[in-house]
Amino acid sequence: MLELALFSLLNGLVFGMLLFMLSSGLTLIFGMMGVLNFAHASFYMLGAYFAYTLGASVDFWPALLLAPLLVGGLGALVERFGLRRVHRFGHVAELIFTFGVAILVEEVVQLVWGRPAKSYEAPAVLDFALFRLADNAFPAYKGFMLLVAVGIFLFLFGVFTRTRAGLIIQASLTHPGMVAMLGHNVPRVFMVVFGVGSALAGLAGVIAGPVLGTFPGMAQVLGSIVFVVVVIGGLGSLTGAFIASLAIGVIQTSAVALDLSLGTTAASLGLPVDGGGALQDLWRVTIAQVAPMLPYLLLVLVLIVRPTGLFGTRET
Amino acid sequence: MSKAKRGLIGVLVLAVVAWLAPGAMSADPIRVAYIDPLSGPFAATGENGLKQFRYAADQINRAGGVLGRQVEIVPFDNKVSPQESLIQLKKVIGDGIPFLFQGNSSGVAHAISDAVQKHNERNPGSRVLYLNYSAVDPALTNEKCHFWHFRFDAHADMKMAALTDVIKANAKIKKIYVIGQDYSFGKAVADAAVKMLGQKRPDIQIVGNELHPIGKVKDFSPYVQKIIASGADAVITGNWGADMVNLAKAANDGGLKVPFYTYYAASDGVTAAIGAAGVDRIRLVHESHPGNPDAPKPLADHIAGYKKLHANNDINQARIHTALNMLALAVKKAGSTDADKVAAALEGMEWTNLSGDHVVMRPDDHQLLMPIYISVHTNKGIKFDYDNSGFGLSLESKIERDKATLPAACTMKRPS
Repeated sequence: MLELALFSLLNGLVFGMLLFMLSSGLTLIFGMMGVLNFAHASFYMLGAYFAYTLGASVDFWPALLLAPLLVGGLGALVERFGLRRVHRFGHVAELIFTFGVAILVEEVVQLVWGRPAKSYEAPAVLDFALFRLADNAFPAYKGFMLLVAVGIFLFLFGVFTRTRAGLIIQASLTHPGMVAMLGHNVPRVFMVVFGVGSALAGLAGVIAGPVLGTFPGMAQVLGSIVFVVVVIGGLGSLTGAFIASLAIGVIQTSAVALDLSLGTTAASLGLPVDGGGALQDLWRVTIAQVAPMLPYLLLVLVLIVRPTGLFGTRET
Repeated sequence: MSKAKRGLIGVLVLAVVAWLAPGAMSADPIRVAYIDPLSGPFAATGENGLKQFRYAADQINRAGGVLGRQVEIVPFDNKVSPQESLIQLKKVIGDGIPFLFQGNSSGVAHAISDAVQKHNERNPGSRVLYLNYSAVDPALTNEKCHFWHFRFDAHADMKMAALTDVIKANAKIKKIYVIGQDYSFGKAVADAAVKMLGQKRPDIQIVGNELHPIGKVKDFSPYVQKIIASGADAVITGNWGADMVNLAKAANDGGLKVPFYTYYAASDGVTAAIGAAGVDRIRLVHESHPGNPDAPKPLADHIAGYKKLHANNDINQARIHTALNMLALAVKKAGSTDADKVAAALEGMEWTNLSGDHVVMRPDDHQLLMPIYISVHTNKGIKFDYDNSGFGLSLESKIERDKATLPAACTMKRPS
């Protein structure tokens, strides 16, 4: 039972850190644009596909660096020649633009790579069990994922809190007019933020592709949960995104291990259980079964209790 | 212009029209709708199915078509959503297409089957036939059966009966974990497993009976850890599409070494994902010869021809060939595309499929009766691999048709 708990926690951490790599970029871009970027998960998908193709010709390790750079460049171009023009026409136009980009990317991926899942595999060097406990194995690749994600996290926080560039970015997010007055090129800051955010999503794709699968629906599958993370954490807040990512990662994976249902819980507490009637399904549903629903439940609860999200400053 | 002259021209025009019309009619293709996922997480499965249908249709067309008409497959994307499927069904009916194939997801199948039955009862003039090539919830041909639904795949109970026979013979298995997608098919598999194991091997303990949301789970590692913690020494799963790929990946990574008994753990990315870790460990129950080690000649030719056209896809549903050819034969016999007449012609129809098996459409419940095969994932003696991975399925045992047949439990109401 102990190893089950430990492995659930580890898996939750890996998944949570992966979510953070996606949501950190998304939440920064939100802070900048004021609207959600629907195309964010598409950059994640592009990262995986780029790495798959590059990995076939060069190797996994150069691809790990090149693919995010390519995706980041693409993101910067989208901002420079797409979003910046659309920005003039207000939030609705921006929202629809990012939505269009998301659909476009999915279609292009299907055209170029086809619909079946690609067998994008983790490098052979990392294809061993890092450690074993009872019959469970913790794959080295997951350890590597965790390492990369923690590295990115430290890097982001370092840049934001310790460097001049971070200062300017933070100021541009909240007071773009003032920063421009001081002689900084705010549109370029935005382009860089968008590019870096996309590159992070791309990197998440590169390292998640071998574990979560590389197929045209991968953006859709992860996209919704990333929005949940960003909204729970508070739109625009990096700390919030971090905490919400970890929380959702751990909650979702450990809930799977719990076979408790309302009925069994009530019975173990000695309460009389009415097992029949119209509500019989409700009594029998286990926490494990509703695990994938929990993040959305949490989202609703957070929005009711604290509409700004955990660390956000504006209403969502 | 005199009255007589005008009358003559009128007659001439009519004659020309009458002469042209049948010609134009016979050039009209027989349209067959295909409603399945062509986008989203299950797109790979739907897309490959569509290619196999078109491949089978092309063969029929090259041989002269049906009633002198070509067969045309018209695809409709339902995103495996029952609601979306009903919208697509309206389009099919609106376009006057008399036949529709669907297979992916029994949830969708129930929605379509219900809607087709209601439509046909209310609109005798525009009836359509629902040909189900893959949705295997037993209820579709049992309590929910109706005259306008035909199933060309063995249903979940038939397959489970075969699987449990194999498990019964394996004395090493003492604890079994059942995991599946949370919808009608996943539940049907779980119920059948519990019931049949209870009868055949009461000593086996079901240590887990898990349902997870379909198409929503990103990482199966927590489920795999739970299976390991349960101490199971075999797993039964009906997972398909991305859910099977990801379950296989997580099992490999998490160090789960026990045998898997599956319904759909092959092709469309699954075989590649399982790879070397699944050799001699993953077993599959299905309705066709797996193509290895010695494929019957018609099947071998069929696979080789398909591979030439679609190098990255596999023939993983040979029943598609059976279903389309039986429909073509029924249309020929009925001499029309009228749904009632074709349905009547399909009842009791016999056919020899690509595996060389003699299959028959049981009139009592419109379930195709066929032998069932059990194959194992391996790279030894594989001539026709899946996913170009070098791995494929190899025949292990075959349950003959009469042994694989379960009694019909349908009260069929036929249109008077």
